[in-house]
Amino acid sequence: MTQAVDLPSAPTTIRPDILTSRQWNDLQALATSLSAAQALWVSGYLFALGGVSRGAVLDEPSPGIASATAAPVRTLTILYGSETGNSAALARTLADRAGALGLPASAIDMAEYMPRRLKDADDVLLITSTHGDGDPPQPAASFFEFLEGPKAPRLSDLRYAVLALGDSSYEHFCEAGKRLDRRLEALGAARLHERIDCDVDFDAPASSWTDAVLATLASSASPTSVAAGRDGRVAVAPAAVVVDRQHPLTATVVGNLVLTGRGSTKETRHVELSFPEGGLTFTPGDALGVVVRNDPQVVDQLIECLALSGDTPVTLAKRTTTLADALTSDYEIATVTPRFIDVWTEVTGADDLRRLTTTEGAAERAALIRTHHVIDLVERYRAPGISAETLLKALRPLTRRLYSIASSLSAVPDEVHLTVSVVRYTLHGRERTGVASGHLADRCATGETLPVYVQANPHFRLPHDDVPILMIGAGTGVAPYRAFLQEREARGAAGRSWLVFGERHFRTDFLYQVEWQDLLKRGVLTRMDVAFSRDAADKVYVQHRLVEQARAVFDWLEDGAHVYVCGDATRMAPDVDEALVTIVECAGGRDRDAAVEYVHTLQQSHRYQRDVY
Amino acid sequence: MLTPHAAVDRRHDLSQPLEALSPDETLKASSRQLRGTIATGLLDRITGAVPGTGPKLLKFHGVYQQDDRDLRDERRRQKLEPAYMFMIRVRLPGGVCTPAQWLKLDELARAHGRETLRITTRQTIQFHWVLKHHLRATIQGLHDVLLDTIAACGDDTRGVMCSVNPDVSPLHAEIYDWAKRASEHATWKSRAYHEIWYGDERVASSEPEEPFYGRSYMPRKFKIGFVLPPSNDIDIYAQDLGFIAIEEDGRLVGFNVVIGGGMGRTDSAPHTYPRLASPIGYVPVDRVMPVIDAVMSVQRDFGDRADRAHARFKYTIDDKGLDWIVGEIEARLGQSFAPARLFHFTSNADAVGWVHGRDGHDHLTLFIENGRVVNGETAIMDGLRALARVHTGTFRLTPNQNLIVSGVTPEARPMIDAIVREHGLLALNDRSGLRLNAMACVALPTCGLAMAESERYLPSLLTKLEASLARHGLERQPITIRMSGCPNGCSRPYIAEIALTGRALGKYNLYLGGGAHGERLNRMYLENAGEPAILSALDGLFARYAVEHLPGERIGDFAVRAGYVTPVTEGRHFND
Ligand code: SRM
Ligand SMILES: Cc1cc2nc3c(=O)[nH]c(=O)nc-3n(C[C@H](O)[C@H](O)[C@H](O)COP(=O)(O)OP(=O)(O)OC[C@H]3O[C@@H](n4cnc5c(N)ncnc54)[C@H](O)[C@@H]3O)c2cc1C
Ligand SMILES: Cc1cc2nc3c(=O)[nH]c(=O)nc-3n(C[C@H](O)[C@H](O)[C@H](O)COP(=O)(O)O)c2cc1C
Ligand code: SF4
Repeated sequence: MTQAVDLPSAPTTIRPDILTSRQWNDLQALATSLSAAQALWVSGYLFALGGVSRGAVLDEPSPGIASATAAPVRTLTILYGSETGNSAALARTLADRAGALGLPASAIDMAEYMPRRLKDADDVLLITSTHGDGDPPQPAASFFEFLEGPKAPRLSDLRYAVLALGDSSYEHFCEAGKRLDRRLEALGAARLHERIDCDVDFDAPASSWTDAVLATLASSASPTSVAAGRDGRVAVAPAAVVVDRQHPLTATVVGNLVLTGRGSTKETRHVELSFPEGGLTFTPGDALGVVVRNDPQVVDQLIECLALSGDTPVTLAKRTTTLADALTSDYEIATVTPRFIDVWTEVTGADDLRRLTTTEGAAERAALIRTHHVIDLVERYRAPGISAETLLKALRPLTRRLYSIASSLSAVPDEVHLTVSVVRYTLHGRERTGVASGHLADRCATGETLPVYVQANPHFRLPHDDVPILMIGAGTGVAPYRAFLQEREARGAAGRSWLVFGERHFRTDFLYQVEWQDLLKRGVLTRMDVAFSRDAADKVYVQHRLVEQARAVFDWLEDGAHVYVCGDATRMAPDVDEALVTIVECAGGRDRDAAVEYVHTLQQSHRYQRDVY
Repeated sequence: MLTPHAAVDRRHDLSQPLEALSPDETLKASSRQLRGTIATGLLDRITGAVPGTGPKLLKFHGVYQQDDRDLRDERRRQKLEPAYMFMIRVRLPGGVCTPAQWLKLDELARAHGRETLRITTRQTIQFHWVLKHHLRATIQGLHDVLLDTIAACGDDTRGVMCSVNPDVSPLHAEIYDWAKRASEHATWKSRAYHEIWYGDERVASSEPEEPFYGRSYMPRKFKIGFVLPPSNDIDIYAQDLGFIAIEEDGRLVGFNVVIGGGMGRTDSAPHTYPRLASPIGYVPVDRVMPVIDAVMSVQRDFGDRADRAHARFKYTIDDKGLDWIVGEIEARLGQSFAPARLFHFTSNADAVGWVHGRDGHDHLTLFIENGRVVNGETAIMDGLRALARVHTGTFRLTPNQNLIVSGVTPEARPMIDAIVREHGLLALNDRSGLRLNAMACVALPTCGLAMAESERYLPSLLTKLEASLARHGLERQPITIRMSGCPNGCSRPYIAEIALTGRALGKYNLYLGGGAHGERLNRMYLENAGEPAILSALDGLFARYAVEHLPGERIGDFAVRAGYVTPVTEGRHFND
């Protein structure tokens, strides 16, 4: 319970009972160092601290509070989008003038601002120019894209004003400013002042806008006119619904883009899904299960080839539906299984197939399975008059695919991100696409929905915040590290981190390149090494980079680092394992057995964790 | 330092503390004579760029960091950094290179530069599309044939230009020699280049590394050129410091000196403008180096170092007054200029095709559209390589972005003819008078400053204009037209009869009325116009010119006489 307190009506030199003498001394020391504007800010800060972080509103506010300082202090944010510096300069002037009025704010480049933060902002003043042919300034492109995109939050608590810079000799005069203004209004924000569109002689109109906006802000900052603050809002606890394999949650695709650059030999995608507040909980290291459907074209081909009708009713374990729907959602219709061969042998009586069902035919059968899809066999071994039930008996249920989660809830609440390498290849002259990765690539545009659930992975977990981590991953193997680092940044974790990433080409395949660069710049990522295997004649892989830096790797191990390996299970994981042994041998001066033992011990003590597939 | 006139305003020049000047001044001064962190930046595998101050310092080394602008937006969405790559500009005073050097340029371009070379408006070669990890190999390859890229960019003397005059070779050789010596003399001297690119050891020395430039180099780029009348092919009035050769009885006796030319300007910044160089007098031939030192030192000491948009020599001159500047130069030179001698210019264009020189050798000028050497419709790159394999003379790159196969002996002529025929190179010259006198700067997708297309667009625009010229019977009429993708004016547009400078994709300012031998600036006729407006304005001009022009009158002169634009008499009135 909070107490009702008397607030000082004037600066006092006598310690009030409510503070200890130590607190009083600290406060005095701080108070004497503050300018008037800073003091005002601090008073707001302390007030907000009392009201918000303690989770309660003063229950018996004394009259003194209400009349003197109870105005919840609204924060002011000044954003600018600028290419040649005009808007930036105006924004700085605005910030200085606001500061002088006791409304502290600094001018922030839209390029540096996380647009999600608008959700928590109170008053925002935006200055932007227009470039290109009616486009936002380059550095502000991402800001605009977010704000105008489907992920923009409702901003009903926001107040804003826009100053637009432009040049009326262009067809789309001040278009970027107009777009901002329109969009913020559409998102529910309240306009503090009409937008002004400035031509190249922007000084006069800009300063009258500044005057007007600041006057409005200053008057609304006075206690009487301030509407009820936002701190009274109570977060609604999400209803406890179980989400698991059997009860997936419907997520909505809010982003789906190709990470690999033009000319890449691969197609790797970044998929962003959003879900209702609190709908999913996961920890970095977990995977997401996705419930996907088969490509309708492949379904049609199969039905047509078998001369069946898609409308044929079929009865499944839990429901009755049509054959087409069952083949789309319930059965694996591409991959050939031994069961399929057995059934198909029965149905067709084909001797070729029968041979494969024997023990001697096992190897041949395996080869057939590897190199054929169901449709290939169905075309080759005709089964006239086959019934829908028989077909379904030959097929196995569609399995759910897992994808390492590439985001952290602490950084991106209510969303889950995936890094998906799309499986595409040609077989028997026909283009084939992986069921799940193809679904995510080709049939999951923004706005589509997808049932998902979390597959916990307790064996791939961040250690304590202070412990160094060495993350090794090739290709989509970096996905969980994106989540790791987001989490560590959100937590302000102090431990060092080292990422070793491998792919084919620097130019096109450096997944999330810009994000790693930013993390390095911010010091969240301490160190990064990359290996691009197809850029030079000698193929360099992650294990080579590790061995090159054997000394440093060993030092990190000795410092207690946790080692993670994620991605390709067939080649990378064993090669990295071997590299670690070599490193312990060379840099650690152990013989081979001792080195193997060293690495084994790492594993046993959960300091060497793998998530390979 | 000499300060004969104490009244001069020194608030923005070298005499001020670094904090009072532009951040670039601090950067230069703290770069350890252009070393900075370039060497470590080249090794950074996380980025295809050279981080930090790298890009700015690299310019002094003739290397520009760029990115493929066609992919910029796409890659931003893909969370990939821009497709960084580098442009490398060779130092090639006077545009003369040997066949062996050409073969190396060709080889390096095929290996690291997407199989293309670009002849520039200042007579040199640029590579584009070079990746960071190929930079050293490219520059070391150039070193193999005694070429370097020192000071091809940056705040220093840029490539020194020199007339190509294929038919007056005896004097050309002498003037070319001055251009080469001027370049050697005025480029920076720091060992940074050898250390970074060739891996040379750093040698300790108590001598200052840059006796002339000091730690701060020039306030801005500084351009020098030598011209041999009657051709004004190098556009002498666009140079910061120009030397006009004066001959007497077939001998080179001295130079008229002009100072303060430049093109660069910024739209909606009226304090920036193109300016033609002012004549300041004559000096005998042996005074070239002292003149260079005196003129450059005045700009070094008095140029504006606070505002880079106002730092070129042309602004120093207009701010301090031409008389004051000349006085300062003369004081430093220890002598006065003699009155300028008579000379006259006839054209700033190239005459394409074969000419027989007074030296008894033949010279073939090939029209290379926009200087782009590439295997396109005509396999220019292959053709030139074939020529270089047998040619015994030199190649000369012209200020109009063309190429001269120079010094073909009578004995070699049949072989050269055969190769030219085999590769269809003469067909390059079979173009309209408009196209042969057209230039476009590089612009998109490599130039970071481009606002509109230039090199990739001008050819198709010319095709449309040629249709209009044909209607008015003007296909063969020489007309100078120059396009730049932004107002910086790399194709020297503001002295063309017709010019277009980019404002935004598809939008250009149209200028009319420049002088046909570079003697008069043009003036804006249309602002921010799209193609239809440009075509219709020019069709109207062609129609009137076809019937109303006086005998021998050029279209630029006509545009002024007919009142399309009022003539610009001085650069600072360009924006009026
Ligand atoms: C290649 C060339 C154009 C061409 O099509 O040939 C060129 C290309 C560039 N010029 Fe230029 N300039 C070129 C001759 C010129 C000329 C013509 C001349 O010097 O005779 C001018 C006008 C004269 C003058 O200096 O005023 C010129 C005035 C500029 C300017 C404006 C300077 C100013 O004072 O305002 C810039 C921008 C700058 O320096 O800030 C610039 C900057 C550039 C840059 C390096 C862009 C940059 O700074 O990022 C361009 C590289 C584009 C690319 O992708 O290659 N370039 N530039 C010419 C190379 C010349 C050489 O070999 O050294
Ligand atoms: C814990 C875990 C985490 C994972 N994390 C990720 C992740 O973060 N990102 C990611 O992209 N994947 C991840 N995967 C893999 C993912 O689950 C899928 O297996 C993968 O996307 C392929 O599924 P699909 O349905 O698209 O392809 P499928 O339809 O299952 O097809 C794949 C099959 O196609 C066949 N095939 C492939 N290429 C050829 C060819 N050239 N010729 C003939 N046949 C071929 C092979 O039989 C292959 O098994 C993870 C897997 C696990 C188990
Ligand atoms: C390449 C370019 C394109 C431009 N396009 C437009 C446009 O389409 N519409 C407009 O109103 N202004 C346009 N402008 C003008 C700018 O918005 C104006 O110069 C503004 O003052 C720049 O502000 P900034 O320095 O903050 O970027 C353009 C300017 C440039 C340089
Ligand atoms: S004129 Fe502008 S666009 Fe063209 S090359 Fe020069 S700087 Fe680039």
